Amino acid sequence: MKFGILIQDGPYNHEAGDSAYNFVVAALAKGHEITGIFFYNDGVLNATRFMDPPTDDRNIVKRWSELGAKGIDIIVCIAAAKRRGIIDANLAPNIRISGLGQLVDLTLNADRMITFGG
Amino acid sequence: MAEDAKKIMFVMQKPPHGSIYPYEGLEFILISGAYEQDISLVFLGDGVYNLKKDQDTSELGIKGFVKTYRTLEGYDIENIYVDQNSLKDRGLTQEDLIVDVKVKTAPEINSLMNEQHAIFPF
Repeated sequence: MKFGILIQDGPYNHEAGDSAYNFVVAALAKGHEITGIFFYNDGVLNATRFMDPPTDDRNIVKRWSELGAKGIDIIVCIAAAKRRGIIDANLAPNIRISGLGQLVDLTLNADRMITFGG
Repeated sequence: MAEDAKKIMFVMQKPPHGSIYPYEGLEFILISGAYEQDISLVFLGDGVYNLKKDQDTSELGIKGFVKTYRTLEGYDIENIYVDQNSLKDRGLTQEDLIVDVKVKTAPEINSLMNEQHAIFPF
């Protein structure tokens, strides 16, 4: 099955991003396809490359970058990003900034859209 | 609407100004409106306050976006549903709302949700 993922909450503060990550990893392991991961609302804060948690904690942005390196399309909403100071200069590798139209495309291409957070 | 249009529903369940979710939700709704899909909105719980007439955000220092709901018609988004009990519980009637809505019971909203390709909560 093709899954599209929408993440509406920021890293660490809520579990949404962790649940989304675990879902994506599990879905890929079962042979499903991810049509894309879209960060909206405070979710865009998942994409800053300056994230630097204590070493005994998970590094949330590193996990997203690693998924991106595997070819998963990871998109940050430009309007939501600009509000919150996320720009190309602080964007983590393998994540791109684009418009909300990409979320529509990702939705139309997916069998199921799953929203985390909000 | 496109021939192969898919049903996409937006569920507004938060009040308009306590968080950015409804405002950014509406931005997504307007973008989606350009894609010729079969779009509907449902207002549930405190989300019904999004449509309350005569809101003034000037003292909050927050941009008032509620009037933007009136532009939905221009995007051919005409399926706007409001949960009957959510309105009633808050002492509101259809006359208090800034757009024309279809009032539905919870079971009716449930069956509408079952028809959707995708549902987005805001």
